[in-house]
Formats: sequence, C-alpha cells, structure tokens
Amino acid sequence: MLKIEGLTAEVEGKQILKGIDLEVPVGEVHAIMGPNGSGKSTLSYVLSGREGYEITGGSVTFAGQDLLALEPEERAASGLFLAFQYPVELPGVGNALFLRTALNAVRKARGEPELDAMQFLKVARERLKALQIGEDMLKRGVNVGFSGGEKKRNEVLQMALLQPKLAILDETDSGLDIDALKIVSDGVNALRGPGFSALVITHYQRLLDYIVPDRVHVLMGGRIVQSGGPELAKQLEAEGYASVQAAA
Amino acid sequence: MSAHPTGAAGFLHRYEGLRMRLPGARLPFVAALRDQAAEAFRTQGFPTRRVEAWKYTDLRPVADAGFDEALTAVDSAPDLPPAHGTARAVFVDGRFRPDLSALDGLPYAVESLAMALPGLDGRLGALARVEAQPMAALNTMLFEDGLVVTVPAGAAGGVLDLVSIGTASERPEAFHPRHLIRLGAGASLTIIETATGPEGARYLHNPVYEVEVAAGATLTHARLQQEAPRAFQLATAYARVAEGGTYDNFTLNAGGRLVRNEIHTVLAGPNAACHMNGAQLLRDGQHADTTTVLDHAAPDCASRQTYKTVLMGRSRGVFQGKIHVHQVAQRTDGYQMNQALLLSPEAEIDSKPQLEIYADDVKCSHGATVGEIDAEQLFYLRARGIPEPRARAMLVEAFLKEAVEGVQDEAARAALDAAITGWWEKAA
Repeated sequence: MLKIEGLTAEVEGKQILKGIDLEVPVGEVHAIMGPNGSGKSTLSYVLSGREGYEITGGSVTFAGQDLLALEPEERAASGLFLAFQYPVELPGVGNALFLRTALNAVRKARGEPELDAMQFLKVARERLKALQIGEDMLKRGVNVGFSGGEKKRNEVLQMALLQPKLAILDETDSGLDIDALKIVSDGVNALRGPGFSALVITHYQRLLDYIVPDRVHVLMGGRIVQSGGPELAKQLEAEGYASVQAAA
Repeated sequence: MSAHPTGAAGFLHRYEGLRMRLPGARLPFVAALRDQAAEAFRTQGFPTRRVEAWKYTDLRPVADAGFDEALTAVDSAPDLPPAHGTARAVFVDGRFRPDLSALDGLPYAVESLAMALPGLDGRLGALARVEAQPMAALNTMLFEDGLVVTVPAGAAGGVLDLVSIGTASERPEAFHPRHLIRLGAGASLTIIETATGPEGARYLHNPVYEVEVAAGATLTHARLQQEAPRAFQLATAYARVAEGGTYDNFTLNAGGRLVRNEIHTVLAGPNAACHMNGAQLLRDGQHADTTTVLDHAAPDCASRQTYKTVLMGRSRGVFQGKIHVHQVAQRTDGYQMNQALLLSPEAEIDSKPQLEIYADDVKCSHGATVGEIDAEQLFYLRARGIPEPRARAMLVEAFLKEAVEGVQDEAARAALDAAITGWWEKAA
C-alpha cells in the first residue's frame, strides 16, 4: 500500500529525515514510535504534502502512484488521510458544510456521485452514532471551541466519512483522556480490514494497547533504527528510547 | 461634439443652465436649498486628498470625466435584478419608473421625490450637511428625483426593493437621487437596495439618503452596490435614531470602479442602537472606500460596526471609522472592527479608526487586522480532498460571515449571502 524508500527531507535547510525505508502492506497497521525531535511529524507532513518541506531524495509509492508528485487534495482523493496532531480551527466554516464538501470532493475524484445535504446528513448521523459523538458537533464551526478530545474525535469522524485506504495518525493520543482515547481507537479499529492500512505515529506505547499494530518501527534521528512486532512497543515502554539508541 | 467642462466647474455650469428647470424650482425652500448647496459646492469643489476625510480616496477620475445629464428614454426597459420582496421601486438613471415598480397596497406611503416636493419643506435637507460634505452639496444642487418613504407609527412595512440602474454608455452621465426615509414610532421596514448597470455603462451615481428612525422603530437598510465595472458611486447616508430605535445598515461594495460609502449616524435618544456592517469585495483596478461617522449623542446606546474587505489584484480598499461619544452619552457601548484579507501582494488597504470620547462611563472598543489566507487552514482543507480554489472560497466566505451575521433581518441577510456567493463565483 505504502512504500517509502530512502526518503530524505529538509526543513529550512536542516535535514530532518535522513533516509527512511518503510513498507506498509495492504491491510496492516504499523506504528512509528520515537522521541521528540526524531522526525515523526515531519514524516507525516511530507506524506500528506504540506508546504515548507523540501524533499531531497528518495521516493514514496502509494497505491501504485508516485505520492510525492501529487497535490495534497489529490493525495486525499487517492485515499490518504492524515489525522492531525493539532487539528486546525476554521472559524466561520460550519462543520457540516466542511465534512460534506470534503466527502463530495473525494467522491467526485473517485468518480462516485456527490451527496446532497439530506443524503449526507443520513451518512453523517450513522458515523456520529457509531463514534458516540453528539450531533451538535455538525452545527459548530470546524474545531472552533472544541476541547482537545473533541478535536481528535472530529478527526476520526472525518476519517470514518472519507474511508481512506491509508490513515496516518499523527500523535492522535496526545491530549486525550482515557475515555476519548478509547473512542478514537474504536473508530480506527472499526475501519480495520483488508482494504485499510494505517501508520500510527506516537510517542507513547499507551495508544498501542488499544490499536494493536502488526509492526512497530522506531524512528530516531531521522531514520528507522529498529523494527519488530507489537512486543517492541512494550520493550520501549519498559526500557525507554535510550536502550534502542544504545543497541543501534 | 463640444468639449464638456469637467470638475466642479462642469457641474456648476450645468446647475446654472438647469436652475429654473429642476424639480421644485418654483418652490422657494427648494430653490434656497439648491442655491445654498451650489454655494457650498463652489467653495469646496471636489475634495482633494489634502482634505482629511478624503485622504485615501482620490476623486480626480470623477472630476476629470465630463458628465452629461441623464437623458434616458422614458420607456427604456433594462434588465432588472432579482426581487427580494413584493414591493419594488425602480429608478433608471436616477429617475423613478412607476411602470417598472410595484408599490400598490403597501401599509406605508411611497412617493417619487419629484412629485412629493411641495410637501417636503422642513424634511428635505434636515439631516444632510452640504457645508461639510461636498458630494451631498452636489446632490442637493442637482437632484431630480428620489424615493420618499413614510412609514406610519406601528406599521410593519416588510421588505421594499429599491433598484437603481445606470444605463449611459456613449457618454458618461451623472445622476444624484435623493431618498428620504422616515419611520414613525414602533414602525419597521427593510429596504434592500440594488445599484447596478450593464457592462460598459459609464455613469456617476451620487445618492444621498436622509433617514429618520423614530422611537422604537427599526430600519434595516441593506445596500448591494453592484454598479457597472466602469461606473462611479459616491453615496452619502445620514441617519438619525430616536430613543429605542434601531438603524441596521449593511453595505456591500462589490461593483464600480471608484466607490465611496459614507454614513453619518446620530444616536439621538437613550437606548437607540445602530449596526453599520459591510463587506467590500474588490477585483483588480477597483477602489472602494467605506467611511462611517457615528455620534453617540444620548446615554445607554449601543453601536456595532464590522467591516470586512477582500482584495484581489491591484485593488485598493479604505475604511475610516469615527466614533464620537458626546459628554452626555454615558454608558455607551460601542464596538468597531475592520478586517482586510489580501489575496494579492499588489492590493492595498488603508484603515483609520478614530475614537473621540467625552463621557467617562463608556465601553468602547475598536480593532483592525490585515492578513492573508491562513496557510494552515488552507492545507487542512486540501488535506481533506478539497481542491485549492474551493478551499480558498470557503475561507473567504468564512472571513465575510461575521459581518453578514450581524444583520438581523433574514431577507436582507439572504440577499447579501447570495450577492457574496455570486461575486466569488465570478471572481474565482
């Protein structure tokens, strides 16, 4: 599904990613763990196409396409979804309009018919119910005045509506209490299946108790320094990143 | 064709020639008002940028154009903009057109100013200040028509469309309609005004409004300025609001080449309120100026002003807003915000808020911001699959929303929303 080879990238002249090699097969959930400053967020932004990152080498293939050649909206339309670490507030943009516009843009790009307001509301209500989110969230401005937990739930709601092939969850657990963490994780787990892959980026092992990964990779100093099964996360929790650093 | 005198001299020359033929020439009070205005206009001329109130708006393109008086066939049938209500008053090149209007069976009086003049002694010119505003002087000197709306106490007037169409294409024409609007105690009315003209039309539309809102009355005055691309509009509104009354003005500046929306509001009785909101949507080559002067002249009044300007290409926007809180106006609650969104590095916005406060127990705030489209917000929308042009449109609409939401009347708000959406669809 996703294949990253020798990816290097700079921010303002400073090299952050120093040669990432990573493959996420169809249907698998992989976790990337690493300490602060290891390049986790840079990787997620480079994959989603945010400006300000200069790709200096390597390649990324997503669902058979050269991902790095696509605009952010084209990446979304081809099935990539980034759940933001800090979801952006959009004052004056209603959440319902935002969600419907996004869903229809993606449907249109996929050659599916667009949904009118009533059809959209029906779909949105089903998703809201499944995620235990109140309907009033549709009426509010996008993320405006949302608590940290509400913002993350709104990200998962967007993911549930857009049904991506690959979701990148960037520190989705940060700022979440245990109840919110459970709801978010349930949302991700509900999508798991043969057509869905995910890259879960996190600092802590806690999230991986709820979203159990097929593989865990340790990112340090802009490189993947170790890969293993879910037990690697437990080891990191017990021994800290220093142990990996020593081993690497 | 003979050369036309331009500038103030051209208009004064016209006045000399037309003086005895203008409506109301035989009414001493009208003749006196006109002569007085001519004298004021002769003294001031077209304001230059050395005049503080016109520092950011250069009227030379207006002064340098030679204007003819409007000579429109009385049976011309221009395309009319969409109606927002059932009542409609239509003006073509400044002249009232009963054949295009629909004013039967209304719970208030609507007349053509030219016809109503004999009964307007004391009302015409009661608020306009020709010695201070030269464009109001020009209007008073040369007005030929206008709308006189008189809503009796307690009447609910509903929605009245006021339509102005400028048609001159071969030679530029000037028209100076004078509109008098009076609401009796507890009355209400919504006026949705559309000023427009066909592509290619060249004209100066120089309206003056004198608005009287009696105790407890509410006037919603929504102005959609969608003039022809080469036209000028220089509008001056004067409003006086009595105890517990509300004047709700929204002006959308979207058309024209050089436009000014100048509003003078006096909150004259306790608990009076006014909203002066607006949006300026400017494309390459356009200049739009909104200038508000608000007098808090009584205690316990509230005022809200939110103006938003969106600028594209080499356009220029101006906002000047003065709030004068008189000594007697204790417990004034005033708020003024003006914000600009620059969509082009060549666009320019000038902003001059001004507070003069002479009362000591006052809550007054003002603010101004200038910014571009937020890169984080744009990326967030695009990362959800929304193509960049649509994402930009959503952010511009969101920027404007706060100003439109300040409009209480639903019909007016819907008209403004539609006009803004229409503008963006054309612009993008």
